[in-house]
Amino acid sequence: MLTKRIIACLDVRGGRVVKGIQFVDIVDAGDPAELAHRHAAAGADEIVLLDITATHEGRGTLLDTVKRTAEKLFVPFTVGGGIRSAEDAAAVFDAGADKVSINSSAIARPELIGEIGASFGAQAVIVAIDCRRAAGAALRGANGVADAEVYVSGGRKPTGLRVVEWAREAEQRGAGEILLTSMDTDGMRNGFDCELTRAVSEAVQIPVIASGGAGSAAHFAEVFLSGKADAALAASIFHFGITDSRALKAEVEKAGVAMRLPC
Amino acid sequence: MIAIIDYKAGNLTSVVKALRFLGANDVVVTQSPEDVLRAEKIVLPGVGHFQSTQLLTDLGLTQATREAVANGTPFLGICVGLQWLYEGSTEAPSTAGLGHFAGQCERFPAVFEGAELKSPHVGWNSLENVREDSRLLRGVAPGSFVYYTHSWRAPVSADTAAATLYGGAFTGAVERGNVMGVQFHPEKSAETGLKVLKNFLDL
Repeated sequence: MLTKRIIACLDVRGGRVVKGIQFVDIVDAGDPAELAHRHAAAGADEIVLLDITATHEGRGTLLDTVKRTAEKLFVPFTVGGGIRSAEDAAAVFDAGADKVSINSSAIARPELIGEIGASFGAQAVIVAIDCRRAAGAALRGANGVADAEVYVSGGRKPTGLRVVEWAREAEQRGAGEILLTSMDTDGMRNGFDCELTRAVSEAVQIPVIASGGAGSAAHFAEVFLSGKADAALAASIFHFGITDSRALKAEVEKAGVAMRLPC
Repeated sequence: MIAIIDYKAGNLTSVVKALRFLGANDVVVTQSPEDVLRAEKIVLPGVGHFQSTQLLTDLGLTQATREAVANGTPFLGICVGLQWLYEGSTEAPSTAGLGHFAGQCERFPAVFEGAELKSPHVGWNSLENVREDSRLLRGVAPGSFVYYTHSWRAPVSADTAAATLYGGAFTGAVERGNVMGVQFHPEKSAETGLKVLKNFLDL
């Protein structure tokens, strides 16, 4: 039976994993390669590494980090942040990534999705969508989903695009998966935006990875069961008092969701 | 020497890395029929479109593979590399496969048992009906999870070494004599995947 995936996300800045608490108080959390292996050994189904600064100057550092992380990592490995061209993507694949995640650059030039896919396959292209429900709408308001808007540049810039429409276009242009982050729920630890996740999941055929708002095992179960997510991502899983992915997965499975266990 | 055939279908880095991690020192990524003919083992990875396997025939690699496997060289196809072992695929009807195994690869149905079926099939799924005489899957327990990402699949037949269920059963691993294939990605399937690759290296 196809299981739902728990994805561990590492936010990297200048070659180190950092973690912020509600986007402030960024603290050093360690070496990416070491943490990626620890997550994989602890049962994570997949690893995502996001270069959260993604400066031009930092590309060399990032590629070196990707290379070191991928060296002995035998679960799927995605890298995102600052990938603006098919050449950027090729360098990241060459360093050992299995998939790339593109966000602002896909909106700036949607052809990029197909260009990367042409050389590396659609399965290797994740389109990340950061979104926020319309200003003034209640978090779980009746029309919030239809009006939810796509943001770029780390959530600073509204695009005028509607989430469901952009997800459909990304799919048509050859995206292999959608990584959907709700900026409304991100960092709140009150649960994923299940309504929004479900709307996107039902609108596309490709897998949807939910992100933003995880605070407990119950939240993961909810986004799989009611949000129809195919995978869920946790950036700060260890902030919840859950020891590792394996423990989390055991809890989620108890709630009735198929997980890769034992792992 | 282990020949990894490069036919410009995706990223070979992970497969090479996994084989080296398991102790294979002499791994050559190649497009040369001569390398294929003198290799001790052949691996055909590949993600992407079935159409890209046309290059194998164009470069003389199909013929070289045919000769090598007839001489007993162990062969492992991964993902599209498994599909190529069959007669063909509806993904690219004009491109013939090796035809070592009978049957056509087909797309997952859009609807299965009345419910919509998502495609591609992405994620960790389990190996069922693991054949006890499989050398490739030696030590792999039924129910073990492996990582898949694909939209086309090979049918189940007598050569199927393990099946996986998604929109019905399909071939997760195939094996007859020295010719083997896996639809999943052993290089991305944690311990179970490494065990499969190690079994292949140990042949």
